[in-house]
Amino acid sequence: MSIFGFHYQLERKAIGLVLGIVLVSSIGGLVEIAPLFTIHQTVEDAKDMRLYTPLELAGRNIYIREGCYACHSQMIRTLRDEVDRYGPYSLAVESKYDHPMLWGSKRTGPDLARIGEKYSDQWQVAHLINPRDVVPVSIMPAYDWLLSTDLRTDDLSAHLKAQRAVGVPYTDEMIANAALDAYGQANPDSPRAEGVTKRYGKATTVRPFDGLPGRLTEMDAMVAYLQVLGRLTDAARKPVAQAGAVQ
Amino acid sequence: MRPFPTFSQAPMIAQLTRTERQNAILICLVIAACGFLLAAAGRDDPISIHGALIFVACALMIFRIGKDYYAPEPSDERFAHYYDDPSKAGIVLSMAWVVVGLAFGDWVAWQLVYPDLTFGGGWSSFGRIRPVHTTAVIFGFGGNALIATSLYVLQRTTRARLPDQLSPWFVLMGYNLFCLLAVTGYMLGITQSKEYAEPEWYADLWLVVVWVVYFLIYLRTLARRKEPHIYVANWYFMAFILVVAILHIVNNLAVPVSLGSAKSYSAFSGVQDAMTQWWYGHNAVAFFLTAGFLGMMYYFLPVVAGRPIFSYRLSIISFWGITFFYMWAGSHHLHYTALPQWVQTLGMTFSLMLLVPSWASAGNALLTLNGAWHKVRDDATLRFMMVAAVFYGLSTFEGSFMAIRSVNSLSHYTDWTVGHVHAGALGWVAMITFGSIYAVVPWLWKRTGMYSARMIEAHFWLALAGTVIYVFAMWNSGIIQGLMWRTYSDSGTLAYSFVDSLIAMRPYYIARAFGGLLFLIGGCIGAYNIWMTIREPREAEARAGDLPEPRLAAQPGE
Repeated sequence: MSIFGFHYQLERKAIGLVLGIVLVSSIGGLVEIAPLFTIHQTVEDAKDMRLYTPLELAGRNIYIREGCYACHSQMIRTLRDEVDRYGPYSLAVESKYDHPMLWGSKRTGPDLARIGEKYSDQWQVAHLINPRDVVPVSIMPAYDWLLSTDLRTDDLSAHLKAQRAVGVPYTDEMIANAALDAYGQANPDSPRAEGVTKRYGKATTVRPFDGLPGRLTEMDAMVAYLQVLGRLTDAARKPVAQAGAVQ
Repeated sequence: MRPFPTFSQAPMIAQLTRTERQNAILICLVIAACGFLLAAAGRDDPISIHGALIFVACALMIFRIGKDYYAPEPSDERFAHYYDDPSKAGIVLSMAWVVVGLAFGDWVAWQLVYPDLTFGGGWSSFGRIRPVHTTAVIFGFGGNALIATSLYVLQRTTRARLPDQLSPWFVLMGYNLFCLLAVTGYMLGITQSKEYAEPEWYADLWLVVVWVVYFLIYLRTLARRKEPHIYVANWYFMAFILVVAILHIVNNLAVPVSLGSAKSYSAFSGVQDAMTQWWYGHNAVAFFLTAGFLGMMYYFLPVVAGRPIFSYRLSIISFWGITFFYMWAGSHHLHYTALPQWVQTLGMTFSLMLLVPSWASAGNALLTLNGAWHKVRDDATLRFMMVAAVFYGLSTFEGSFMAIRSVNSLSHYTDWTVGHVHAGALGWVAMITFGSIYAVVPWLWKRTGMYSARMIEAHFWLALAGTVIYVFAMWNSGIIQGLMWRTYSDSGTLAYSFVDSLIAMRPYYIARAFGGLLFLIGGCIGAYNIWMTIREPREAEARAGDLPEPRLAAQPGE
């Protein structure tokens, strides 16, 4: 029976067509996606990889809420001009704790994968309040209300818990102290500041990000997040041979 | 003056049996209760607004049903006709969504020229209303048109009436509730950030329920069919329903922060999440924006042209080719990224192979027009479909081309991608839909023809001009952008800053917004023309194929 003869029979059976479609369409995803979870080399090991602090995670959620990913990628490709423009190309491990990833698909604005500490907090705040104050031809929207909106912290513990449920290794202590840590990270003079570096490592930046000490705003969270982009691990800055040896 | 002739002419609620009316109210009560619980559980969270929205929507629906609850039951004469009320409502909703979606699209386009074209608040800034545009046109316009036409086509090609009258309404109204939750959510700041899968966990769960019922309508109607063979349009509609379900469920796996929180965290992270997302994203294009609309094309194009499909074998090859190859192609969105190279290479290879079934479909459509080209010249409805097939061929070629790794290194992240998407969305999806809607509206409402043939003509040329201007503007800006980003000066440093490339884009962004405006004006003319066709009763004989064969015995389930 020819293939068309077979089809002539198949198209008389609704269930046959349904099973055929499900079978034929499943193969691609099974071959391409399933192994990514099992092949060890898919994501490099980086011993110095740290977690987002509650404040940075809150900032990341604001970044998502405002749709920043629609215009800014966070994925530097392995191309010479991208490395020259934005810094070392992105490694898989750098977005290991990104649920979801924010690699993006469009650069209406520049890539932000390594924007962290490239500009001062003051620049970031001024730029977010009105981008055209610092970059006259910018077409980015203004986000001035971030500075006047208090950051919601009462649900941060629940956020960390949900993150742990999807595989981010937050400890019980981190979860219990989430709201206080968010406050402490933006208020270096407060007694809460110490706990942040204790729990999240010495590399954590503790600064009054929005320039308004004593008050925790969405601007604090946003700038804290932008300043940590590309700085969760140094793996990408190491020579290839050394990075391989880490394993 | 009758403001709602659609509904008053043949009262849609009165067409439901008493039991169906009762069940409809019961379903609305259950969903309203869910909305109430969401609103109560998330008092401090934006989810409460959505809970209230669900509650109010269901309450309105209950009042609407209650108004005609005591209308006399429909006579058994209804079994002699196909059940088209949901298709009618779907067409009207689809046209409402397209006007909203295109208007938002043009608004965001102008925001890239005048960045302060917002209302100051967060809800109106680019990042929040861009997904409103994409969701309104893809899911609002496209989805409603697919539901409406698929139910219409399903009945004609199987010569069977829909199995019951309530489930199609559940699908249509439930689906629109999902769309409403989606677009209002973005403006409230509720989003998963996964492109074309932005709605949050509760909306996603709701869509699964709706989708299962949609699939069951298909299976139940097919089980009652009087044609031994299942027509090719239904293969595509079934692939659309089935694969979209698989993609939707896998890509949206997530853990909500709490049952009273709109926020959830994706089950996957980093590279696995990226691959899952673009497996979803590219196949949303394949099975929502391609398979579904091919189903539309395989029915309406031959019927309007009055010619049988050119080749049965080509349609088999293209159907299974598309179903198999597309699912491998998603990784071409991730060339040169941290995704393992072997997956990128597979994605590129299959994207190239995809050209074969794609052109088989486009060629099959155009060759079907052989012998009917005079109709294409004279009838803008058929011309919409012809141009759609041409754009389908062009954008699938462009897609395969852009999936080549070295081409992608230039095109990715630039406006070229945006231009490519719109060549497909405006040129193919919107054009085949407008053509099909112009064909089906007079048939559904039993009119001799559309209210104004000249308006269809005007719509056609506005749509074509708008699409061409848009696509050329984005080709220019995208390629210039890509070249500027990679140009080195003689001293071996990058020649242009990012801001330099931004300044170079401005004229093209103006042209793009202008092209979009033309397309929007065309869409408004179309909506007006359809509205007037419905309002002005010019009764015509039912189309020959519109009556099912006389019933021999009571059908199961009735």
